Amino acid sequence: MEWETVIGLEIHAQLTTQTKIFSGAPIAFGAEPNTQACAVDLAMPGTLPVLNEAAVRKAVLFGLAIDADINRSSVFERKNYFYPDSPKGYQTSQMDEPIVGPGHVDILLDNGEHKTIRIHHAHLEEDAGKSLHEDFHGSTGIDLNRAGTPLLEIVTEPDMNSSAEAVAFARKLHSIITSIGICDGKMSQGSMRFDVNVSVRIKGQEELGTRTETKNLNSYRFMEEAIKMEVERQIEVLEDGGTIAQETRLYNGDTKVARGMRSKEEANDYRYFPCPDLLPVAIEDDYIDALRGTLPELPDARIQRIAAAHDLSEYDANILGGEAGMAAYFETVSHSSGDAKLAANWLMGELSARLNSEDKTLEDSPVSAEQLGGLILRIKDNTISNQIAKQVFDAIWQGEGDADSVIEAKGLKQMSDSSELEAIVDTVIASRPQEVENFLGADEKKRKKMLGAFMGPIMQATKGQANPGMVNQILLKKLNEQQS
Amino acid sequence: MHTLTLAQATQGLENGDFSSEEITRHYLNRIGQLDEHYNSYITVTADAAIEQARGADTERAKGNAGTLCGIPMAHKDLFCTQGVRTSSGSRMLDTFVPPYNATIVSHIKGAGAVVLGKTNMDEFAMGSSNETSWYGPVRNPWDIERVPGGSSGGSAAAIAAQLAVAATASDTGGSIRQPASLCGITGLKPTYGRVSRYGMIAFASSLDQAGTMTRTAEDAAILLGAMAGFDPLDSTSTDIAVPDYRATLNDDLSGLKIGIPDEYFSEGLHPGTAAAVENAIKELEKLGATTRRISLPHSNLAVPCYYVLAPAEASANLSRFDGVRYGHRCEDPEDLYDLYTRSREEGFGDEVKRRILIGAYVLSAGFYDAYYRKAQRIRRLIKNDFIGAFYDVDVILGPTAPSPAFKLGEKTSDPVQMYLEDIYTIATNLAGLPAMSIPAGLAEGLPVGLQLIGQDFGEAKLLNIAHRFQQATDHHLACAPIIGGDL
Repeated sequence: MEWETVIGLEIHAQLTTQTKIFSGAPIAFGAEPNTQACAVDLAMPGTLPVLNEAAVRKAVLFGLAIDADINRSSVFERKNYFYPDSPKGYQTSQMDEPIVGPGHVDILLDNGEHKTIRIHHAHLEEDAGKSLHEDFHGSTGIDLNRAGTPLLEIVTEPDMNSSAEAVAFARKLHSIITSIGICDGKMSQGSMRFDVNVSVRIKGQEELGTRTETKNLNSYRFMEEAIKMEVERQIEVLEDGGTIAQETRLYNGDTKVARGMRSKEEANDYRYFPCPDLLPVAIEDDYIDALRGTLPELPDARIQRIAAAHDLSEYDANILGGEAGMAAYFETVSHSSGDAKLAANWLMGELSARLNSEDKTLEDSPVSAEQLGGLILRIKDNTISNQIAKQVFDAIWQGEGDADSVIEAKGLKQMSDSSELEAIVDTVIASRPQEVENFLGADEKKRKKMLGAFMGPIMQATKGQANPGMVNQILLKKLNEQQS
Repeated sequence: MHTLTLAQATQGLENGDFSSEEITRHYLNRIGQLDEHYNSYITVTADAAIEQARGADTERAKGNAGTLCGIPMAHKDLFCTQGVRTSSGSRMLDTFVPPYNATIVSHIKGAGAVVLGKTNMDEFAMGSSNETSWYGPVRNPWDIERVPGGSSGGSAAAIAAQLAVAATASDTGGSIRQPASLCGITGLKPTYGRVSRYGMIAFASSLDQAGTMTRTAEDAAILLGAMAGFDPLDSTSTDIAVPDYRATLNDDLSGLKIGIPDEYFSEGLHPGTAAAVENAIKELEKLGATTRRISLPHSNLAVPCYYVLAPAEASANLSRFDGVRYGHRCEDPEDLYDLYTRSREEGFGDEVKRRILIGAYVLSAGFYDAYYRKAQRIRRLIKNDFIGAFYDVDVILGPTAPSPAFKLGEKTSDPVQMYLEDIYTIATNLAGLPAMSIPAGLAEGLPVGLQLIGQDFGEAKLLNIAHRFQQATDHHLACAPIIGGDL
């Protein structure tokens, strides 16, 4: 039987406002527990929420970025449930009338095709606090620092059909929200969290299968793993003649174990109703127009611009231009080195590999864009060879200074003095009569390959610092002289 | 000294007839001697009051007297007072000491008032007789076998028993006007949004409004002037300039068009109350007003509509009282569920529980449309009734409560009878309109209140009418028989 996977996502993005969505308390990650919660966040009696305009602005920017309808009137509602990290006993959220209506995000698939993922809506809400189960001797501690942090919840239509598509969408969304500066996108800190709705159906069947929701995935890898595992589980259950229970699931990325959390039957009746402490949010055309003018370059436009400006393939431009940080880095390297091709190669090659192997992001790369540009300049003007450049890159990574000072300090400057090089070439030729004979006996085609027999020892003799182009020239000349 | 109005007491302080410390000590003495009969105060802050009074005397000597400088008054115990227990009449908050002031508490403090203490009230402002308070019922100074009305029964009784010059109060469905009526004082519920709700412990957020309890309309004008205004901390407060309410108190009433709704003189209205209101109408006509009968056709839907919406909002507003962060927490909870259920079971009284249950029910999946959504539509119809009426008239007049004060315990076993106490007051909360209750005479020796309902932000007009009425009559001067003689 051939199965089709159907995936929809709900994404919680913390908005980078100065203060909380309904209070003046500051937002900062990692502060001492309960030091960033004011009377409103603690739900002290008599306190009232006041909507933070910055949160509205960021939500509208997002709507504009995904070509969505901005609802001219949206309503905050109370979602009622008891939990210790929800101090009011309800979460203030949006339900029937969200701020951002339907929109879309386009993704590039591995096969080079484009796909449109529809966004159902996006709404504003407040984050909850955290329950701390360690260090309290059997009790639970409550940290309300995060309570009231503005969230934009983005809900897609079930338009994705594989974990790869879901990840491609997640990456694209990350790219959009960080490009327009509404969220820092730091998934490890919970700034962006994914809930994944997964169902399977027999290929060709119109009706959707029963879905499960796996909550709070905070990396692309966990998301991919959780989806694959859930798809396999569902297919196995169905092929064994079972049925899928509509339930909420948790996936533990460290142990790679997923489990059901609560079923639909046990689900809360949240008793949503409009929050009487907050007026409907009225948004006027002027406000939207003004924001439209401030919208920074979006990923799609940036990718196209970078591809055209630097004559890059769509694939390369997608990697280099997809994320705002990467694009800025690339453009700086490209500009300071004057060579987009080399810049692209170094970013996608040496730098990416090094970041990956040390589990770092571009943001905390020890090699700055300026430094990498400076390194490429030295490759271009033949001060160093590609081989030496890797050594210099490593030194910059270790914090030993920029390219010029590393080259200077380590004496890595390429040998380009022809008389010096000629002497070394003569010595090597003289010590290898057999190779010379072989070379002279070969035809023009084979000769090229046979040069390696001389290049190796020459590079060895010069500790790799010989200018390979010059060595090549001198070597050919000297070998040809042997013939006559 | 204790019979003086706020305006007169201010004059006395200004003339140097007495100091704030003297009048404050006098009131504290009266509270100490007499309040055991009324139970109008939950907390008396004697030391702080004397300190504030001395401060007020100093400020007045320096020429810095605010509009309430040195006046001994009281706050209903649902306005948060920094450092002073704020219970909302509930065991749940018996130990709650707020680290902040309600906005109106700050305003009143800024105007120089002296705070004698916090007045008793129905638990979380849910009640019409002040019998649901964790701190015991308040008794009506006109007859201590009778209720003072509610939920602001403590504030009303304290004024009627001359245990404060003025008091703050709140009104969600009649909680200022009905006790004002039953205790024979002047009560004003401003337009929704006129006075900040920040720091006022919420019952039903879309209906709650803070207001005044005073001896006269003039005093209400002074106190409202200090309380009213836009508050950036309350999104539902309105940014409209606060007029000088005293400046228009004496405006001529000739040409004033008063509407008398047929629906407010239905069966069930006490004949003595009806008679007092009829007399008041004649008095106002003498002052130049014209009256006409009007209809507010959806009036009969106000009580049922209210008892869907107010409990719905309350059910969520009271969720924060969970025993986790402050307030009552049960002993030795076994687990989280036990902590929640037992803390709330012990912390809340029956009427509060009843309303939480009603509220949760009407918001439940499957019932929301039939109750909550329908009630919201009815609310709009009720508002439209008033909008229509105000095309023809300037103010609307009727009784405040269906009868004078009833006996303690008389209606406690029948919640619906109790809810009907607010039959004439609830519609104005649903419509957000300002309204007053002023004394209109006695029936069977008990005070009867006259209700005036104004247009949005029409407090100045209400105060003007009430003041002219009080200049022409002496109902507001009638005093409750004070137990223990004239201390």
